[in-house]
Amino acid sequence: MSEAATAQSPWQTAKIIRIEKRTPRVTSFVFKLSRPFVHQAGQHVDVRLTAPDGYQARRSYSIASAPESGGTIELAIERLEDGEVSPFFHEVAVVGDEIELRGPLGGHFVWSDSDGGPLILVGGGSGVVPLMAMVRHRTARKSSVSVALVFSARIWDEVIFRDELIKLDDRRDGFDLVLTLTREAARRPEDYSRRIDAQMMMQSMARLPEPPRLAFVCGSNAFVSAAAQALIDADVPPGLIRTERYGV
Amino acid sequence: MVTRGFSSGRRPPTDTDARIPPGQYLEQGFPVLSAGPTPRVRTEDWSFTLKHGPRPIKKWNWTEFNALPLTRMTRDIHCVTAWTKFDTAWQGVLVDDILADAGIEPPTAFTLAHSFDGYSTNVPAKDLVAGKAMVALLYEGKPITPDHGGPARLLVPHLYFWKSAKWLNGVQFTERDEPGFWELRGYHIYGDPWREQRYSGDP
Repeated sequence: MSEAATAQSPWQTAKIIRIEKRTPRVTSFVFKLSRPFVHQAGQHVDVRLTAPDGYQARRSYSIASAPESGGTIELAIERLEDGEVSPFFHEVAVVGDEIELRGPLGGHFVWSDSDGGPLILVGGGSGVVPLMAMVRHRTARKSSVSVALVFSARIWDEVIFRDELIKLDDRRDGFDLVLTLTREAARRPEDYSRRIDAQMMMQSMARLPEPPRLAFVCGSNAFVSAAAQALIDADVPPGLIRTERYGV
Repeated sequence: MVTRGFSSGRRPPTDTDARIPPGQYLEQGFPVLSAGPTPRVRTEDWSFTLKHGPRPIKKWNWTEFNALPLTRMTRDIHCVTAWTKFDTAWQGVLVDDILADAGIEPPTAFTLAHSFDGYSTNVPAKDLVAGKAMVALLYEGKPITPDHGGPARLLVPHLYFWKSAKWLNGVQFTERDEPGFWELRGYHIYGDPWREQRYSGDP
């Protein structure tokens, strides 16, 4: 059964070495891998929890850290009220706990510096997580690829990785952060206070030196549908748009 | 390995356990997953082509395809992202009836299903015939919505659901087992949920 080791990404134990609250609903867990791997930015891992009676629950979580993070990975986990895995992480897991995971997984929603750009990244809520790995990869590689990240959150305090993203934006080195808050007024002059639309996509892409080579969109199904359509309406060819959808 | 502090308080009731493959959980909703934007295919632009290698065997437009015998299929479905949904109710044309209308038996042991957005997935011919698979046109009695793969999607419910290609526009018989879109990107070549064949390299 699932105990059997697999050729490409066997189950391994990983120890929680740091826990960091990101927003009221999202907490980051940093794991030290017992069998280190180098992932591609955008990939995920499968996590499984096993109860004493043998029952197992499994979920996929995108990796937030850069491939360059050397033997550790960060998962930013949103607490879902009706979940069975995310409440465990938020209520039970502590530093030192060992968790089973396998990865890295997924070969489509991935970007590497060598793939080039420019890139337009569009994230809704915790959909920013795999995009964060791309942004961090770009920084770690001192890449010259231009990247615009449009990040939609309900309110300012739910902007995951906010301080880090604003710091990267302030470097003015080809990374542009555009925040849009759907339930609060914008805080920065370049930000918006509405749902994503084609005009916002056009204005965000105008920050790039040339049209994007690839677009990555991640979030809830409703968010991804709307954001992908906004990109298409802003004249991005559908074939350049890669999507990842969370849940229902 | 038992996870410290994790209990199975939320496990599904026992009478449904036998219907949930290993590593899956029961989902009441119907999550949507896809690699790109949702294509909007109008039925007047729709067609379905049966091919042997590069050679078309027969092509149907929407009206012609809807004139084929409709069959009901209510099945549990299993997504590789770990959700299982019980009793999904579909109506469509059995692959058996498509082959009969084309007047052929499977000419090879392998197929690739193709979609309007360029997606593809490989399914052995034996997994498409004998009432095991259909080209679904209706979900719960209504036309399949675009985000769930309408106008028509493949339904191969005994394999992980990425094999049930959305926005289907053809099935191609191939001489070899040729990996499709996800199979080239780390997912299992066959994808049996009961053997938990999620990723390439899984036994």
